[in-house]
Amino acid sequence: MTLDPKIPPGPLETKWDRRRFTERLVSPGNKRRLNIIVVGTGLAGASAASTLGQLGYQVECFCSQDSPRRAHSIAAQGGINAAKNYQDDGDSVARLFYDTLKGGDFRSREANVYRLAQVSTQIIDQCVALGVPFAREYGGQLANRSFGGVQVARTFYCRGQTGQQLLLGAYSALCWQIERGQVTMRPRTEMLDLIVIDGHARGIVVRDLVTGRITAHMAQAVVLATGGYGNVYYRSTNASSCNVTATFRAWKHGAAFANPCFTQIHPTAIPPVDTHQAKLTLMSESLRNDGRLWVPIAPADRRLPEEIPLSERDYFLERRYPRFGNLVPRDVASRAVKAMCDEGRGVGPGGHGVYLDFADVIERQGLGVVQERYGNLFEMYQRITGEDAYRVPMRIYPAPHYTMGGLWVDYNLMSTIPGLFVIGEANFADHGANRLGASSLMQGLADGYFILPYTMGHYLASAPPSPSAEEQRASCAAVERVTGQVANLLRANGRRTAASFHREVGKILWDHCGMARSRTGLTGALEAIPALREEFWRDVAVPGSGEAFNQELEYAGRVADFLEFAELLCHDALHREESCGAHFREEYQTTDGEPQRDDDRFAHVAAWEYRRKESPVLHKEPLVFEFVQPTTRSYQ
Amino acid sequence: MKFTLKIWRQQGPHDAGRLVDYETEEVSPDMSFLEMLDGVNQRLILKGEDPVAFEHDCREGICGSCSLVINGVPHGPERGMATCQLYMRRFSGGDVITIEPWRARAFPIVKDLVVDRSALDRLMQAGGYISVNTGGAVDGNVLLIGKEQAETAMDAASCIGCGACVAACKNASATLFVAAKIAHLGTVPQGKPERARRVAAMMEAMDREGFGVCGNQYECEAVCPKRISTRFIAVLNREYLRAGLVEAGSPGKPDPLQAESD
Repeated sequence: MTLDPKIPPGPLETKWDRRRFTERLVSPGNKRRLNIIVVGTGLAGASAASTLGQLGYQVECFCSQDSPRRAHSIAAQGGINAAKNYQDDGDSVARLFYDTLKGGDFRSREANVYRLAQVSTQIIDQCVALGVPFAREYGGQLANRSFGGVQVARTFYCRGQTGQQLLLGAYSALCWQIERGQVTMRPRTEMLDLIVIDGHARGIVVRDLVTGRITAHMAQAVVLATGGYGNVYYRSTNASSCNVTATFRAWKHGAAFANPCFTQIHPTAIPPVDTHQAKLTLMSESLRNDGRLWVPIAPADRRLPEEIPLSERDYFLERRYPRFGNLVPRDVASRAVKAMCDEGRGVGPGGHGVYLDFADVIERQGLGVVQERYGNLFEMYQRITGEDAYRVPMRIYPAPHYTMGGLWVDYNLMSTIPGLFVIGEANFADHGANRLGASSLMQGLADGYFILPYTMGHYLASAPPSPSAEEQRASCAAVERVTGQVANLLRANGRRTAASFHREVGKILWDHCGMARSRTGLTGALEAIPALREEFWRDVAVPGSGEAFNQELEYAGRVADFLEFAELLCHDALHREESCGAHFREEYQTTDGEPQRDDDRFAHVAAWEYRRKESPVLHKEPLVFEFVQPTTRSYQ
Repeated sequence: MKFTLKIWRQQGPHDAGRLVDYETEEVSPDMSFLEMLDGVNQRLILKGEDPVAFEHDCREGICGSCSLVINGVPHGPERGMATCQLYMRRFSGGDVITIEPWRARAFPIVKDLVVDRSALDRLMQAGGYISVNTGGAVDGNVLLIGKEQAETAMDAASCIGCGACVAACKNASATLFVAAKIAHLGTVPQGKPERARRVAAMMEAMDREGFGVCGNQYECEAVCPKRISTRFIAVLNREYLRAGLVEAGSPGKPDPLQAESD
C-alpha cells in the first residue's frame, strides 16, 4: 500500500487553484452517462449528491433513515466557522487555517486545512442563497459568535439549531435534484459491503431495511459520507443509528483507516443517570461564551452550589488557562473536567460533573439576553434533568462526540481504493488530533459542495471503463457474501442482547481508550476485546428473520463491526507514544499534566491496512510543515 | 415506578393490528420514555419474542424520527416537545399508558409503531426549495435581512418534519408542514422569485399524496414539538391566493419578475 497525498506543488495560497486548473474535466454530454453512488445524506452526503446531480451526473443516493433530512448532522447545535471577517476583528483565511491546524495539534495536512479555510467563505454565501435563516443583526447583516480555541468571532449560527438549518438547506437542494430526476433517493437502506473490481470501487451492496432484500448497485464511483464512529463507546452524543459499518467494511477491501484513536470527547454533555442510558445530550460549546465552569475548592463538598461562596469556588479553566479561559478547545476542557473529578471535586451523583454557571452573565446582561441566545438549550436541559439552569448552574460531564479519524483520503478526497471517495466526518483529513467547535459543519459542506464535485470529475475522466461481465460476477458474489453475514447474526440464537455487548465494549474503550490512555490499559483492552467478540458470535440473541423489517438485526450487525473496530482503535492508540490533541497518553505528560507531543517520532498520519486474521499493518504518511512551524500548543 | 403499557402491534401494512399489554420493570423517573421502551424490548428479546418496532434516532428532539401517539396525543402529554424528550417523571407509578403509531392515510404502517412518512419528502420535492446552483452565490451580506424577518423565517424553518401535525389532525392534513416551508422560504428575499410556483406545486402535491384539507381546528399547533404557529397557515393561504392571482394575470406564460417580488 502506498500513501500518496497528491498535494499540488507551489505556494499554499494557490495550491487549490492549481489543482482545479490541472484537473481533467468531464464533458456535459458524458456526465449524463456516468453513475455515482453517494452513501449518507448528512451535510457532506446531501451537499455532494445535490451538487453532482446538478452537474449532470446520474446519482444514486442511499440513507438508512426514513428520510434524508434525518441524518445526524441535523443535531449539530452551535454553528459553522467561516473566515468572513465581518466583525473586522482580525480574522482571515490565514488565521482560520492557523487556528484549525493548531487546534488539531499539528496532526493534519497544511494543504487540506488551508483549502478548507479558503472555501469556508463560499459556504456561507451558498447557504444564504439556499435560504438558510442565519442569525442577523438589526441592520440586516449576518451575526457571529465565538467558539473554543480562537480569539475572533467567526461562527455563523441559527439559534442552537445550526446543523438542522444547514442540513435542511442541503436537503432542499437534494429535493430539487430528485425532482429533476438527477438523483434517485433510496432511504431506509443500509450499505453492508463495497464492490471492488480490478482494484476500483464499482458499487455497493445494500440491505433494504423494510423488506430485508439484499441487492447490489453499480456505479463508476462510490462516495462514502457515512459519518463518524463515536457510538463505538456505546455512550455518546451521537444518534443511535450512527455506526462504523460502511467505512469499516470498505477498510476490509483495502481502504486505509487513518488515525482512528483521534476521538473527540466533548466537555459539556449532560451527565448520565442510568447505566443503560446510551444517549448523552450535548450542551453546545457556544454556552462557554457566557457560562463559567467551576467546582468547589474542597473535595467532596456536598453543599448546594448557591451555598458555596465565591472564595470557595475554583473556576478551574480561568485559573489554568487565563488567556482563553472557558473557551479553551474541547480536548483541553474535557481533560480539565476529568482532572477535577479525579481529585474528588466533581459535583452531582457519583461526583461525575462540574458546574457550568450563567449567574454572572444573567446579572451583567439580563435574563432576556441569555434566553434569546440559549433558550432552546436551557429548555432541553430542563426537560432532561428537571432543573432550571437560569436559577441553578448546569451540571456537565464529558462525552464522546466526534471522531477525527476516518478513512484515509488524499488531497482529492479519494481513499486508497481508486474510485472510492470519502467525505465529511467519515474521512480523517482536516481536523488532526482535535477538531475545533463549529468546524465539522464547515468541513462537511466544504467537501460536499466545493471540493468533491471537482476532484470527482478528474477521476472519472481518467478511470478505466468497467467490464460488464466481470461486474455481474462480482455483484453476485458480494450479495452472496452479505447474505451469509446476515444469516450468521441470526444463527447464534444466544442469551445476550446486542446492547449488552455494545455496553461492554463501550466501557472497555471508555476506561482504557477514552480521555486518558496508557500502555497497560490498552494492552489489557486488546486482550479483552477479542474475547468479548468471540462471546458475541457464540451468544448473541437476534430475534426475527432477515427478510423483514428487523431493527434488532440492523443493530446487531453494527455492534459486530464495533467489536472488531474497537481493536483497531486500541492498536492506533498504543502505537502513538505521545500525547497530542484528544489523544492523551498518561506516560507522556509534563509535570503539571499538560500533554507532551513528539514531533520527531509522530508527525505522521497513521494509516492502517487490513490483514485477514492478522494484526493490522501500519503505514505512515509523514506530515510536512512547509509554511507553519509546529509549536507547543498552549492556551495558557 | 412500574407501568402497564398497551402497545399497538402490527406485523405489516396489510396485517390486522391490535393493542397488546406489557408490564414494565422498575422504571426510574429520570429515564426517558424511549429508554423505558428500550427496557421493554431488551426483555422481549431475551424471552425470544419480537421486540416492539419504533422509530428513534437523535433522541434530542431534532431529527424528527420519533413518532408515538401516547394516550391519544402525538408526542404525549407535554407541549412543545418530541416523544424522545418526554421523561417518565411526567407519569405516576401504576399508570396505564397507551402507545400507538401516527395514523393517517398518507402514512401507511411499516410495522408496529413505525410508519412510512415519505409523503412528506415528496411534498418537499414538489417545491420546498430554492433552485440555485452550487457556486457563484453572492456574498451573504449583500442581502440585508432584518433581524425580525430572519427570526420569523427561523421560527417557520425549525419544523423537524415529524408529522405530528398530520397525526393530530382529524383530516390528516399536512397544512402546517407545508405552511412552515412556504412561510420560511417566502419570508426571506432569496425565496421570492419562485414563491407562486412553489405554493401551487406543494398544495397540489398535498392533495396527490392523500393528505386532507385544513379544518381550522389547530390540533396541529397544539402537538407540534417546535411550536410552529398556525399563523403560518394564514401566510400559506395568502400565498396560495396570491399565486392564483399571479397565474391568472399571465396565462400560460412564466410569471413576470415584477409580479413575483411583492
